[in-house]
Amino acid sequence: MFALSSVLLPPRAVAEHSHSPLTSVFSPESTPAKSIFDLSIFVLSITGIIFVVVFTLLVYSILKFRANSANADREPAQVYGSNQIEMAWTIIPILIVVVLFLATARVIHAIQDAPEPVGAVEVTTIGHQYWWEFRYPKLGIVAANELHVPVSDPSRPTPTFLQLLSADTDHSFWIPELAGKTDLIPNHPNRMWMDPHRTGIFLGQCAQYCGAQHAKMLLRVSVDSPQDFEAWVRGQQQLAVQDPSAMTGRQVFEHTACINCHTVSGTPADGRFGPDLTHLMSRTTIAAGAAENTPENLRLWIQNPDKIKPGSLMPAMKLGDADLDAVVKYMETLR
Amino acid sequence: MSSNAITIQGLEVEEKPWVDSLHQWVTTVDHKRLGVLYILYALVFLLLGGIEALIIRIQLMHSHNNFVSPQLFNRMFTMHGTTMIFFVAMPILFGFANYLVPLMIGARDMAFPRLNAFSFWLSALGGFLLYFSLVGANGLYGAGNAPDVGWWAYAPLTARAFSPGHSTDYWTLALLVSGFGSIGTAINIIATILCLRCPGMKLNRMPLLVWLNLVMAGMLLIAITPLSAAQIMLLIDRYFGGHFFDAQAGGSAVLWMHFFWIFGHPEVYVLIIPCFAFMSEIIPVFSRKPIFGYPVMVAATVCIAFVSLSVWAHHMFTVGMNSYANSFFTITTMAVGIPTGIKIFNWIGTMWGGRIQFKTPMLFSIGFLFQFLIAGLTGIMMAAAPFDWQLSLSYFVVAHFHYVIVGGILFALFAAFYYWYPKITGRMLSERLGKWHFWLFLIGFHLTFDVMHIPGLLGMPRRIYTYEPGRDWDTLNLIVSIGAFIQAIAILVFIWNLISSYFNGAKAGNDPWDAWTLEWSTSSPPPAYNFATVPVVASRRPLWDLKHPEDPDSLYD
Repeated sequence: MFALSSVLLPPRAVAEHSHSPLTSVFSPESTPAKSIFDLSIFVLSITGIIFVVVFTLLVYSILKFRANSANADREPAQVYGSNQIEMAWTIIPILIVVVLFLATARVIHAIQDAPEPVGAVEVTTIGHQYWWEFRYPKLGIVAANELHVPVSDPSRPTPTFLQLLSADTDHSFWIPELAGKTDLIPNHPNRMWMDPHRTGIFLGQCAQYCGAQHAKMLLRVSVDSPQDFEAWVRGQQQLAVQDPSAMTGRQVFEHTACINCHTVSGTPADGRFGPDLTHLMSRTTIAAGAAENTPENLRLWIQNPDKIKPGSLMPAMKLGDADLDAVVKYMETLR
Repeated sequence: MSSNAITIQGLEVEEKPWVDSLHQWVTTVDHKRLGVLYILYALVFLLLGGIEALIIRIQLMHSHNNFVSPQLFNRMFTMHGTTMIFFVAMPILFGFANYLVPLMIGARDMAFPRLNAFSFWLSALGGFLLYFSLVGANGLYGAGNAPDVGWWAYAPLTARAFSPGHSTDYWTLALLVSGFGSIGTAINIIATILCLRCPGMKLNRMPLLVWLNLVMAGMLLIAITPLSAAQIMLLIDRYFGGHFFDAQAGGSAVLWMHFFWIFGHPEVYVLIIPCFAFMSEIIPVFSRKPIFGYPVMVAATVCIAFVSLSVWAHHMFTVGMNSYANSFFTITTMAVGIPTGIKIFNWIGTMWGGRIQFKTPMLFSIGFLFQFLIAGLTGIMMAAAPFDWQLSLSYFVVAHFHYVIVGGILFALFAAFYYWYPKITGRMLSERLGKWHFWLFLIGFHLTFDVMHIPGLLGMPRRIYTYEPGRDWDTLNLIVSIGAFIQAIAILVFIWNLISSYFNGAKAGNDPWDAWTLEWSTSSPPPAYNFATVPVVASRRPLWDLKHPEDPDSLYD
């Protein structure tokens, strides 16, 4: 009984505070997640009924047929089986399986084989140890860790289609409220889509074990209104801001190994091993969601990434205090 | 039934120095001693795997905990999974099969006693290799010691680029070596059952335990082969410049998944079918009725064996198979629930109209039925591929398979321990400690694994060493961890029961449960060659026939 109630608990918990970012599979905010939710309620109902029936039979036979002092000394009637009963409890489960399968196959087809409409936003999502790269080939944008997508009005859908790739090991993209998860596997491109029905922040994280920092490979999806999304796109399409006040930091940045891994567009920094930093300050978090994007955290991160995310692939740069401050200042200008 | 009259005691052995006695155990080819060795060996690894589980649970008690480093945590869950599947569940079940199958078919030993010993020592070497990694695996700079690639060791995490040093090699060799041991055991079980049955024991008179172990051994032969092949391919990739799984060089990471899961799913049934076998012996005896629908139980088992060989990619619903493949593996996976359901119904049918005695083996059996029912139903949920896209790789799936492995397999094993310990040692396990063990373990189990479903539904992925606060996962994880400690206490009660009853337990006699199969016709413990004269049987329950000459089963056979 406990297990059953545990399955029913989450929807209630979600109803209470449906607008703070949650990660429940029972609060769908997008068509694929909603289709899965509807299927899950159907499957839960059928399995719930089976549970009640079999559990009742089990408890009844335990209570009814226990040995007691009256009957303990003689053996009960020796019954070897019954073909009619066996037939019944073979055929009924077969029928249940057929019904469940048909309901499931319909949802598989509806989600997996959905055609991509003309106005869809395309994002190439690349999993790295331990961060996310988002490239919008039609828009010429490269972002990291925080995915921006437009809200999709059901009457005029603007879904987002993700092409899923991996640069190293296996990862899995999972935002429970928007869609089921799909793996990112090297040399095995995958596809998934979502059409969020409301604006807001949606959370998730890498679901396929990918190495030491699998746990802090967090995901953050910002579902923007059409205007906000357009503004974000315009901002991201700009080259990096060249702020003369941060010239010292920029020089330090460009004369250390930083540029081997990071890109700042319009400058010599064009590495692709780490996240693109061109518009770093437009993000709310750093280190794939492991820390808030504040000057203190940035400084700590550059000084010693292991303090925030032990096992991350960014090396400690061993900069002196002056250089460190300068680089942080430069980062703060990358709006 | 000449055999039943024979009550030869174990050979009177004079006290020998412990070195001689140890030598006898190490060089033994006796199926009973090897069975006991398998079981003891598995119990040692059960403690190791349990300690690893507790470390995992302490780390996850609350968000942003720093009890262990991420690297150590990843080693712990890899070692926990590998240990529990390959070096606890498999050897302990082989141990019971080794001990019981010859006794139940009236044979004096396994068909190939020396192969039997060889298989055991190969398995033992496998476990030793796995744990030797703790001291032997440090290799190149930055390499860790114990394996940290997860117990499925998905490519390309196992490539040398991502797993330097030798930890992955120890994992590979451990599975390869113990896999060869498993193949030897499977051949031995099949040959024993097909060739060494006593006169009168036709296939349709074999105890269900024997039937189910025959099916299990057949599946093992099919399932271990791809695993061993994959391990060899991985070694070639790592040391001879192969590219089977090297995606950067045109290999396929998905290929490894197929190889692993076409072993991995049948493996679940390799583990659970012997547990079905325990249930099919224990439930009838404590319900005082024959098993309900014997032929259907055999047919359902064979059916499970075939269907379960075609369900493996339900572990791969998230890797991007096309909609036809996903639909195919949905239907096969749901279909395997049908024969499994038939089994549950038949066990209830066996209890129905019986006189159920709630001795400890029966308590664990009822726990098994209840938990296996729930495990089966959560399995049906995840068979629905779209629902699995949400549930897979989350704590829901972790809760599900622990429900199968702990709630099902381990409960059945405890039932088997309490039921056959008197035969193996000649002493009864304490019923009082047994009840403590049962209730503590039951409470701990449900605290841990019922609650564990919920964080999965709330989006918590598996294999994360820590998690963010504010996602409603904290309290749930704390409860899960508390339950784990209650289970640990129950295990200690069990171990204490095993030890203290060995010295102080009540004398068991030949047949303490008033049971019906051949192993209860010989002394406890049985003499070296089991039966002084080979028994002759005329029905499925030879001892029933003997005890009830007025109404023997053989009348209806």
